[in-house]
Amino acid sequence: MLNIFEKIGIRVQGWIHITTEFLNLLFETLYWIFLGPFKDKPIKRPTVFEQMVFMGASSIVIVFFVTLFTGVVLAMQSAYQLSKMGAVMYVASLVSVSVCRELGPVLTALVLAGRIGAAITAELGSMKVNEQIEALDVMAINPVRFLVVPKLLALFFMLPCLTVIGDLSGIIGGYIIGVFNLKINAALYVQTTFKYLTLKDIYTGLSKSFVFAIIIVMVGCYQGLRTKGGAVGVGKATTVSVVTSFILIIVADCVITGFYYFSNL
Amino acid sequence: MQKQEVAIAVRNLVKYFDGRKVLDNINLDIYKGETFVIMGGSGCGKSTLLRHMIGALTPDSGSVFIGDKGLTSATEDEKEKIKRKFGMCFQSSALLDFMNVEDNVSLPLREHTKLDPEIISIIVKMKLNLVGLQGYGQLMPSMLSGGMKKRVGLARAIAMDPEVVFYDEPTAGLDPIVCAVVDQLILDLNKKLLLTSVVVTHNMESVFRIAGRVAMLYKGKVLQIGTPEEIKNSQNDIVQQFIHGRLEGPINFDDQEQDVQHSG
Ligand SMILES: Nc1ncnc2c1ncn2[C@@H]1O[C@H](COP(=O)(O)OP(=O)(O)OP(=O)(O)O)[C@@H](O)[C@H]1O
Ligand SMILES: [Mg+2]
Repeated sequence: MLNIFEKIGIRVQGWIHITTEFLNLLFETLYWIFLGPFKDKPIKRPTVFEQMVFMGASSIVIVFFVTLFTGVVLAMQSAYQLSKMGAVMYVASLVSVSVCRELGPVLTALVLAGRIGAAITAELGSMKVNEQIEALDVMAINPVRFLVVPKLLALFFMLPCLTVIGDLSGIIGGYIIGVFNLKINAALYVQTTFKYLTLKDIYTGLSKSFVFAIIIVMVGCYQGLRTKGGAVGVGKATTVSVVTSFILIIVADCVITGFYYFSNL
Repeated sequence: MQKQEVAIAVRNLVKYFDGRKVLDNINLDIYKGETFVIMGGSGCGKSTLLRHMIGALTPDSGSVFIGDKGLTSATEDEKEKIKRKFGMCFQSSALLDFMNVEDNVSLPLREHTKLDPEIISIIVKMKLNLVGLQGYGQLMPSMLSGGMKKRVGLARAIAMDPEVVFYDEPTAGLDPIVCAVVDQLILDLNKKLLLTSVVVTHNMESVFRIAGRVAMLYKGKVLQIGTPEEIKNSQNDIVQQFIHGRLEGPINFDDQEQDVQHSG
């Protein structure tokens, strides 16, 4: 019996350890973003732009298609339900509100966690196992400042931008079904789309994507920097990174939604 | 030459990895301006010892002093200042693979100095010349052979004109001629710039070509420290077996395997 408790104890200890390490990395990153520049350690803007191009430009197409088809599916499913009540014309606002509040930010974040989160972990992980991180350290170049900060800043700006693209393409997906299949008048569809869409719907959605950006980059970097054990280790770390990001994104989504729901902001 | 200034001092250093004692009570003094060679069998802890000297690992007990500063007790800022005087040439080269050769070598200069890009580019060319890689600046590390990577790593290590350079097996994987070139380079740097060099190597020829003093490491302990002459004439069987690469003697491969199994 004791053995089980011991095992649970060890597990919990492990989680506490990982959480502390993760928070340490987060605070160190924030230190280099907000305080480092005052200590003659400026943020390298060209590197940030490079990362923005890498993360943003390369993800536009896949974000567009994922949210477009989600919009299509959402319109078909809701039309199926709404037609029973003779309320098919509300498909437009149903799609726009649920895409902007929920599906746009979350799907975009999940796509980026799969693409960028994995890439970050693989990159930092292979640098770790090839002594490159250590080499930076010996050259008195802080790996967090040099590698993590540009990535965090880049995605912090890019993820909301991509989310806006995702929102729009989701709405376009709904429009395709609404106009071409349900034969709703195009002008009317556009009008209903924006009729029930408030500013709050958009900013609650975007506020989520800022948090998701932090989750994706920090989890990716944390898993990368603690990689051990050669190429196998890099593979494992990448998997763990993506899975952890996915879970944390969903949990954070739930928490933020709950916050807005209960606080009536 | 009676009283030499100590550049690096290692005191009673002990390190465990997963419950296995990898370094066992190491004591060393490395003097300013000398070429100090650490030799010993594969897996005896040479790289680990080097990592302690550069502050990448913290000892479980004991300490490392750079000049009169304790590396273990230094604050982050102090550590950074100390590290700027170091150059390190890694066993695996450790070049950043998303940058080309030139950017790799210029990285410490760009990060730590406010020099003009043009001046930096001249310095980089000079350093690449030194290691015989002029004209390779635009290549990516993945396009280089192992030996070339090593030489780029060397160029990067000396880019900032450090006071102490650590070399982890600088000549492993190089052909005999380049090997001699690198050895000569280590000696030249040592004489011209009055560098302190700490070299880890298996290569006996190199040892006797470059060493001012040699330390023989065996199973995490310092077996003997002395001039190359003293090592050559050592009475210790282990040292003799090692420098002559004999199969018979006190070092036994089967024993080492058992060590690992017992501790694991
Ligand atoms: N990060 C680590 N975690 C666990 N054990 C380690 C680690 N690094 C080194 N070791 C162990 O410490 C011992 C010494 O390793 P080290 O790399 O210092 O050897 P070395 O003398 O440099 O060998 P070589 O000449 O082959 O490079 C080895 O037995 C190795 O298994
Ligand atoms: Mg080694």
